[in-house]
Amino acid sequence: MAGVVIVGAGQAGVQAAESLRRGGYAGAVTLIGEEPVAPYQRPPLSKAYLAGTMDLDRVILKPEATLAEDAIAFVPATRITAIDRAARTVTAEDGRSWAYEHLILATGSRVRRLPVEGAQLAGVHYLRTTTDVDGLRAELVAGARLAVIGGGYIGLEVAAVARKAGLAVTVIEAAERVLARVTTPEISAFYQDLHRAEGVTILTGTGVTALEAGADPARVGAVRLADGSTVPADLVLVGIGIIPNAELAAQAGLATTNGIDTDTNACTSDPAIFAIGDCASRPLAHYGDRRGRLESVHNALEQAKLAAAAILGTPPPPLEAPWFWSDQYDVKLQIAGLSTGAARTVLRGDPATRRFAAFHLAPGNRLLAVDAVNSAPEFIVGRQLIARQQVVAPEKLADMSISMKAIAADPA
Amino acid sequence: MPKITYIEHSGTEHVIEVPVGSTVMEGATKHRVPGIDADCGGACACATCHVYVDEAWLAKTGTPGSMEESMLDFAEGVEPNSRLSCQIQITAELDGLVVRLPSSQH
Repeated sequence: MAGVVIVGAGQAGVQAAESLRRGGYAGAVTLIGEEPVAPYQRPPLSKAYLAGTMDLDRVILKPEATLAEDAIAFVPATRITAIDRAARTVTAEDGRSWAYEHLILATGSRVRRLPVEGAQLAGVHYLRTTTDVDGLRAELVAGARLAVIGGGYIGLEVAAVARKAGLAVTVIEAAERVLARVTTPEISAFYQDLHRAEGVTILTGTGVTALEAGADPARVGAVRLADGSTVPADLVLVGIGIIPNAELAAQAGLATTNGIDTDTNACTSDPAIFAIGDCASRPLAHYGDRRGRLESVHNALEQAKLAAAAILGTPPPPLEAPWFWSDQYDVKLQIAGLSTGAARTVLRGDPATRRFAAFHLAPGNRLLAVDAVNSAPEFIVGRQLIARQQVVAPEKLADMSISMKAIAADPA
Repeated sequence: MPKITYIEHSGTEHVIEVPVGSTVMEGATKHRVPGIDADCGGACACATCHVYVDEAWLAKTGTPGSMEESMLDFAEGVEPNSRLSCQIQITAELDGLVVRLPSSQH
């Protein structure tokens, strides 16, 4: 009975399985994951789970019993190493194989490793899995010195948790500002100020050339910087991005560029195979003919629903603007849209109040993206306007006396 | 374990045992109660876990925080007893809580 086989049991894979069942799919659904635990959410790993305020039970997305009630055959601790597209089978490292009518690749991504000498030392951590976080949390001891390499979301969220736990924290970022790859200078400046106010040392434009052992020759003791100086460190967290797990697809001859190429239905170059989530490169619906990978929960869920709808033969769900969030200290950042190509940025509110939004507009004032700091109305209305590819009046956005509800009703 | 009753928009009832310390949202998403999407997994970032708290329970579930309140302000069909279920933490006192689900979360 060859039904749907889903490779990867993260947020995307689980949503695909569930959407198939909610849509009445009657065939077999097999969900194969590499990790030994039930499917879980990754966003809390660098936040509440690391802080110890949310335990594993709460991070779990679907307990195995719930998957079983939905007749989803969950196969943990299994690494798929080959796809035979002619025979429509996938094979695991240990030789087991599964036949499929439709295959969904939700293989996710893996951390980019720090390519310097000393990176293998004890005390050097990455953050991707619960196991990673369990190891890191055990070393988050008050008074210890943490060096965070990479000022992206993962690095900054860990810095926030570590400061609250009483560690001395230094963030080392190679680019000229933190969050450079994902957001705009205004938001980067806000987060640099926020972390510095919380006692974090932030070094930007600073490369790392080596990790050096301390008194214990097997354990990290310092980070060597490009200018030759060192930052002493009892532990190091490396957060320098992720690499899509596209090799399985590439070996099977599917088209891949930056990730597995998919169409508007999340379908790959083989009509029987879909790719969803971090591993997939997709058309970016609200941004002309742009394509790209989106590393977010929203993208995982949306592509999962697209693949399920295509398999079920039902209409695809409406496409939302991409969205993301980050929690650091008491500050919630919600981002809708993609700001690349913006011609101007309009600030609404004062960053000093820790409650403001930055709206990013294309030439002609079409709204491309909004970064909302503790500003839910700006985020929610912004998301709707971006999905409609709406032209907006910059002077209205900048005017706090005009409510976001009023702007939603009459944006231009 | 406290028992929570979820009533779908269609009237279908689900009675679920939900552990203390977890949330009304988690009780639904982990036990196949349809109608609570919870896209952000409980981070108060998406407003897709909207519920109506049964009037008799409003005193015990408390009131929304400011972030929740402003997210709710934009939800479809919001009522005075609307809450985001990810922000209602389960306590022993909530044993017997009844919540109703809206027709859609999007």
